Amino acid sequence: MCLGVVGQVVEVDGMVALVDFFGVEKKVRLDIVDEPVESGDYILNHVGFAIRRIPEEEVQGTLDFYEDLIRYNDLMAQDVKADIR
Amino acid sequence: MAQAQSSTDRDIREMKFRDPQKAKALTRTLERLCQEIGREVSVMHVCGSHEQAIARFGLRSILPRSLNVIMGPGCPVCVTDEPEVDEAVVLAQEGVIIATYGDMIRVPGSSKSLANAQTEGADVRVVYSAVEAVNLARQTDRQVVFFASGFETTAVATAAVILADPPENFSVLSAHKYIPPAMEIVAEMPGSKVEGFLAAGNAAIITGWKIFERFVERHRLPVVIGGFEPLDILAALAKLLELIRDRDLRVVNAYPRCCTAEGNRPAQELLWKVFQTVGGQWRGIAHIPNSNIRLRDEYGWIDARKRFDIDLSQLWQGASPSLAHQCICGDIMAGIASPDDCQLFGKECTPENPIGACMVSNEGTCKIWFEYGGAHPAVSFASVTTSSGRS
Ligand code: SF4
Repeated sequence: MCLGVVGQVVEVDGMVALVDFFGVEKKVRLDIVDEPVESGDYILNHVGFAIRRIPEEEVQGTLDFYEDLIRYNDLMAQDVKADIR
Repeated sequence: MAQAQSSTDRDIREMKFRDPQKAKALTRTLERLCQEIGREVSVMHVCGSHEQAIARFGLRSILPRSLNVIMGPGCPVCVTDEPEVDEAVVLAQEGVIIATYGDMIRVPGSSKSLANAQTEGADVRVVYSAVEAVNLARQTDRQVVFFASGFETTAVATAAVILADPPENFSVLSAHKYIPPAMEIVAEMPGSKVEGFLAAGNAAIITGWKIFERFVERHRLPVVIGGFEPLDILAALAKLLELIRDRDLRVVNAYPRCCTAEGNRPAQELLWKVFQTVGGQWRGIAHIPNSNIRLRDEYGWIDARKRFDIDLSQLWQGASPSLAHQCICGDIMAGIASPDDCQLFGKECTPENPIGACMVSNEGTCKIWFEYGGAHPAVSFASVTTSSGRS
């Protein structure tokens, strides 16, 4: 039940948006979303309500976060290699 | 054409959060951090969706052996107490239509579940959303009671329909629960070896991650907010290990695309306008102060507990003693036992015939273990139970 599902807004009609969830279209209420949404936006759906408009730049933020952690590993790996040499 | 294009977009987007190469790299990061820490580490997540993603993507099999990821009380269905189920059962038996989320229908009450009541002729409907429950009420003259479960994120949806002018024959029986106070309780469980928490991204989207700062201060345990994609979880675990290694006590938001410091303000306003928190029992865990989300007096007009006179004694009289007292769901959710430790697991208690609530929900640890197999072989819950305290 507490699964959040990401979908892309197809169209908005008042408080209801038609949202495409990987090929399945569903209506989602917009009463509690944090920001106005329009078609093309990505939203996180929770039990039939959009709870978050996902800003494009924040998607990049998450990916950068992964990279930082991975890079940390690689840097450490280089350190270790340097030690062995 | 445009359609094909957008689905490619989505594939790429999804892959970004599931990329196997990155997953491998993050796993190496986890390995390295575990080596640096140099001992067994236990962390807890408090979200059924995390457990589901961990099981579905087989993440436990790639986690370092010295890392124990324990599932805490993160399944709202599992922690719904017997008397709460009983209230819904009594109402159903008295002829109202009960509308509820799918998992709730099979949660055992003190003598029966809603599914049992349904077999005996009660009208119980499964809805996907609170909106569907309201629509159901619009189509009938009969009383429709929405038996509402879920944590704060789900309660916001209930609040939204209450404020959207529902019909007179609609009311709400709230079994909603508030997760932060439950984290406080499990953090202090005697014998707990938990050194950090992976907080549920969905709940934090509403409340904001800042609310965990007081928790960190009080319990001296770091918290990382994580999303639900495989890479989200691995990255959040890596961050948590980093904090544990450095004894860096703070909250880190590893889910920045969805969770902010302050959370979703309009949603919080809606939630607390309609609801308040009161103390209540979490099945198998404890009586937890401020952890039940209940309607405020101003909304008594839509509260099923006020609209109907719910007499539970009819269920309690003559109820046969069940095996439920042998259920150790509470210890499992508190992270001090695993399903293996329950004598009923896979024998008397199965998804077809659940004894305890953890076997009912798709988010319940026992059900997940039953369906996807047990945990990582190295996840030694026994050592958690016998531990003398947190290091
Ligand atoms: S196996 Fe069943 S009875 Fe045992 S702890 Fe799990 S849910 Fe409870």
